[in-house]
Amino acid sequence: MAGNDRALVMKLRDLINKTAEGLEGTVKIMDFCGTHEHSIVYNGIRSLMPGNVELVAGPGCPVCITPAHYVDAMIKLALDGVRAYTYGDTYLLPGSEPPGSSKPRTLADAKALGADVVVVYSLLEAIKHYKRDPKESVFLAVGFETTAPSTASAVVNKLLPEGFTLINVHRLTPPIMRYTFEKHRNAPIRGVIAPGHVSTIVGARAWEFIPREYGIPTVVAGFEASDVMQAILYILLMLKAGKPKLVNQYRRAVTWEGNVRAQKLLDECCEVVDASWRGLGFVPNSGLAFRERYRWADAIYQYGLKEVSEREWKYDLPPGCRCAEVTLGLAKPTDCPLFLKVCKPGVPYGPCMVSSEGACHIWARFGGGGLVEEVVASLGLE
Amino acid sequence: MCLGVPGKVIEVRGDGVAVVEFSNGVRIETDANTIEGIRPGDLVVVHAGIIIAKLREEEIEEWASTIKGFIEELEAKETELLRMLEEIEGG
Repeated sequence: MAGNDRALVMKLRDLINKTAEGLEGTVKIMDFCGTHEHSIVYNGIRSLMPGNVELVAGPGCPVCITPAHYVDAMIKLALDGVRAYTYGDTYLLPGSEPPGSSKPRTLADAKALGADVVVVYSLLEAIKHYKRDPKESVFLAVGFETTAPSTASAVVNKLLPEGFTLINVHRLTPPIMRYTFEKHRNAPIRGVIAPGHVSTIVGARAWEFIPREYGIPTVVAGFEASDVMQAILYILLMLKAGKPKLVNQYRRAVTWEGNVRAQKLLDECCEVVDASWRGLGFVPNSGLAFRERYRWADAIYQYGLKEVSEREWKYDLPPGCRCAEVTLGLAKPTDCPLFLKVCKPGVPYGPCMVSSEGACHIWARFGGGGLVEEVVASLGLE
Repeated sequence: MCLGVPGKVIEVRGDGVAVVEFSNGVRIETDANTIEGIRPGDLVVVHAGIIIAKLREEEIEEWASTIKGFIEELEAKETELLRMLEEIEGG
């Protein structure tokens, strides 16, 4: 944390502590972006919170919720001789095969068996690679509204070369927020730190329903420690005033209406459909599927692969894995008995340990909230 | 992949590609099709190889001065708290 930011964070800590005084019960504030969770853990923000403020990670990592059957499809295509392009984040993402299986569980396993798997930073990079070395290829297109425009841009602007198709696993954040609020009905979420990067695309207005329908103060926030601290302060102030509103703290990047050009591209390319989320099942209107006129880009359609329907969907987390609860903020990574025992960043057992945006991965790397306290308590040093 | 990184546009090509340089000196080709009128020198956020937003320089300056001012202003914590509450109640 840079000098100015550190000084500001300390001032904000004092204000947060003062504002939280007198607020009844536990104030549960949820972030919905892996990068916010990263900032919270990396900067030790949980340790700066008063006792009655709890920061909880929500569904903010698209890799964590990518259903296993899409990974299976990619592995199958790769083993059949099709080149598989993948983001680094999904390279170690397990499919349906249980740990210890003799069959490949990840694209990394498929590569070890000789499959042509290429890790890329972006779709553009994959296209460039393809042009240098053309071969029938499929790209695993995962991500929320931030990543989806790159897929839409390539498809609509016809940047994809012949023989290059995509598995479209893009998911939408507002519907999963509604779903999450319902799951927390017994101990409601009292503040939302809305995802800053998603908001650059969908606009701050996308979250207007949260204070209006759920009465929850919501702040669109940037990613510096002071951004997150300001967001927390604004939430507490709104709770204290009893006036839940939507505040855009990240005005340097987020406008009210968002990136309209990207929104148009998405709308041109895809329709909104009910879609599956790993460990959770189907969530209404939460996914993007290629419109019929762009089916030439759809690997699922082109290779005659079967989409899983709501009735056919099967729970797709490995035995004992608590990633579904972690994703929804109903459990902390440290609540999972597998955390840092059999599930580690180098050898992830569950999906939340795979991507650098996954809550378990972040907590494993930076000793996120409470781990140190637990060790201290277990040693009787409190 | 799922990380927004700020950078500066160095070059804009006719095919919707812009070269962006990050603070560590790394330059990459990005898809600039989602931003209208992108120009060299623009500050942008790049996410998985596509420019998702153009940063608003006036807001960055305001943000920077807010931070500087905040530290001084927040010395008077009570006053500042009340001002913020009023802002929220009014806004």
